[in-house]
Amino acid sequence: MTASRTETTMLPQPQVDLLPKEGVVAVEHGVDGHTVLTVEREHLLDVLKSLKETPGLDCNLLADICGVDYPERDARFDVVYHLGSLEHGHRFRVKVPVTEDDATVPSAYGLWKAADWFEREAYDMFGIRFDGHPNLKRILTHEAFHGHALRKDYDPSQRWLLTEENLMTPKWSTGEQKNDDHLDTQVLNLGPSHPATHGTLRTVARLDGEYITEAECEIGYLHRCFEKMSETHGWEQVIPYTDRLNYCSSMINGVGYALTVENLLGVEVPPRAQVVRVILSEFSRIMDHAVCLGANLVDLGALTNFWYFFQIREEIYGLLESCAGGRLTVSYARIGGLAHDVPLDFEEHVRSLLARIPKFIDDVDKLVTTNKIFRDRTEDVGTISGEEALAWGWTGPCLRASGIPYDVRKAYPYSGYEQYDFDVPVASTGDTYARYLVRMEEMRQSLRIIEQAIDNLPPGPVITDDHHVALPPKEKVYTEMESLIWHFKLIFDGIKVPAGEAYGFTEGANGELGYYIVSDGTGHPYRIKVRPPCFAIYQAFPHMLEGSLVPDAIAILGSLNIIAGELDR
Amino acid sequence: MRQPDGSSTFLTTRVETMLRWVRKNSLWPLPFGTACCAIEFMSVVSSHYDLARFGAEVVRFSPRQADLMIVAGTITDKMAPALKRIYDQMAEPKYVISMGACACTGGFYRAYHVVQGIDEFIPVDVYVPGCPPTPEALMHGVLKLQEMIQNGETHYDRLKNRNDDAAATAG
Repeated sequence: MTASRTETTMLPQPQVDLLPKEGVVAVEHGVDGHTVLTVEREHLLDVLKSLKETPGLDCNLLADICGVDYPERDARFDVVYHLGSLEHGHRFRVKVPVTEDDATVPSAYGLWKAADWFEREAYDMFGIRFDGHPNLKRILTHEAFHGHALRKDYDPSQRWLLTEENLMTPKWSTGEQKNDDHLDTQVLNLGPSHPATHGTLRTVARLDGEYITEAECEIGYLHRCFEKMSETHGWEQVIPYTDRLNYCSSMINGVGYALTVENLLGVEVPPRAQVVRVILSEFSRIMDHAVCLGANLVDLGALTNFWYFFQIREEIYGLLESCAGGRLTVSYARIGGLAHDVPLDFEEHVRSLLARIPKFIDDVDKLVTTNKIFRDRTEDVGTISGEEALAWGWTGPCLRASGIPYDVRKAYPYSGYEQYDFDVPVASTGDTYARYLVRMEEMRQSLRIIEQAIDNLPPGPVITDDHHVALPPKEKVYTEMESLIWHFKLIFDGIKVPAGEAYGFTEGANGELGYYIVSDGTGHPYRIKVRPPCFAIYQAFPHMLEGSLVPDAIAILGSLNIIAGELDR
Repeated sequence: MRQPDGSSTFLTTRVETMLRWVRKNSLWPLPFGTACCAIEFMSVVSSHYDLARFGAEVVRFSPRQADLMIVAGTITDKMAPALKRIYDQMAEPKYVISMGACACTGGFYRAYHVVQGIDEFIPVDVYVPGCPPTPEALMHGVLKLQEMIQNGETHYDRLKNRNDDAAATAG
């Protein structure tokens, strides 16, 4: 059994003699267990290629690409790649410094398709150009935007107004086009405000009859500047912002963030806090899957299931509210533990939920799983092979539905997940129906984890006693001089996270939720990059649409569970 | 109305009052849901809270069929033109509830891509605070709007009165 990741994170390490040499300026070992390579730009593609293709390294997952701005350096920007190998488990961070005048690097799109949107985002936010990228343009901000928002010299409140004349229309969608039978094709605009796009997604598709021949997605309609906001706030103040990333399962985001900062700080979380985090995260996963499946079924015309699933959510809201005070956006995790202990009836409440929730899942199971209409609508619809899904950077239930059993909770256990006995459900067909089945089974597995966790809920504190990180208890602040000083220091200066960087990743409801955090040793994060799982998933969506029917597009979209808060941040 | 004993009863009112009474009890909301608040809006219309009890459950996604726009979630500069266009497409009388801190003021996103309150470009009748507001808070907002409709205090009424006054003066 592998040990839990702790402050000196131990990830599997690659064989040193296999690492590429040419163009590599430095090789370091990060506090997060990553092997950090600093690479010259001229050799970037060769290094990436050998990391991907050398037997024994086999980095088949491109998790993330982002920029970091250091205005005082000669080479102002770092382009940072996060790579991983599902087979061997080792992880790499590749950094390429570039100057402001010549902020260009070769595109990695030819190696991993996942680079597509991540590179566009780095271009949008930093102005870094990627040579050879097929469609390098802004992605999160709008057409009328000027400048690059995540550069340090960009004023966080500087807005640019968009008017209707400037609305984005893909170049290919203007002008008439005939099909092979010399009949007109038609351009269909779906969203951003459309019931099936869940509010903020937009797809422009060219139709030949009922079939989609070409499609493009526009995102950023909910870009609320999470990353810039987190740079202007203290370390603790970022937690409420993380809640609003994937707001269907906000607890998981907060825990992921806290774990990464704890990794940088080297703080141990008390066992009770770890178990409560696991219980509430798993409940959040159930809530997330419930709303995903419920909404997907509504889009297919099966409204009843939505009510059944929403009842699950209401019951879990009750538990979250009793612990944290909030229903949806809980802000319950803290760096070093939890905000406060759970209520006295917590165990009883959890057990009553464990007894009630399976009934709702079984009800939907009976109604839907063997339902002919549902199966006709979903089987062989939106099929994607495991290999292709991985190339696009997919993780989580969608990847597992295509036959690749990658789950961060099993592959890199954290918060004590290695103690629990649970299965990772995998389907082989990779279609919309498989994604439904995987999510249904994951809800049951989450219940299994909660059952084991609640049986072994240890007593004790729920937050670390390191007062560089956590406030001392209130009664001590009132009675002890030293505690009063700690309280004063922490309130005024905030947490001081030692300078450094870490990439922490946990299993979000949609897949690998990563936080790449850079600290310069002050009371504010220097840079936080979120690796949102559905960003990678959604970039494959327009390509999956080609050749499918319009109603299938709706079925596929619902099954991918795209949460705009996380997608656009 | 004919009573069993052969007598008849009737009720006198003004057309305007009657219309307001009818309108307030059959609001058809268009949920312009973008973010977290939209999930809470789903709670409000789901079985547990059941907005149907107040006659406002017929959710329509077409602006042509709705008279109450509930803006639930953060509106960004990129989204603003779409929101404006959909508001313009709604037939009068129309009302707007701004649900949650982001729609009211931009919330804690004082940022380069976020509209600092939708009243920058469309009129709002009821502001519901909260991040996100609880379902009870949104229901209170709907009840408040019903009260305003009955009393003729909505933005639509004010605009109508002003136009009528102007027409009378000109006439």
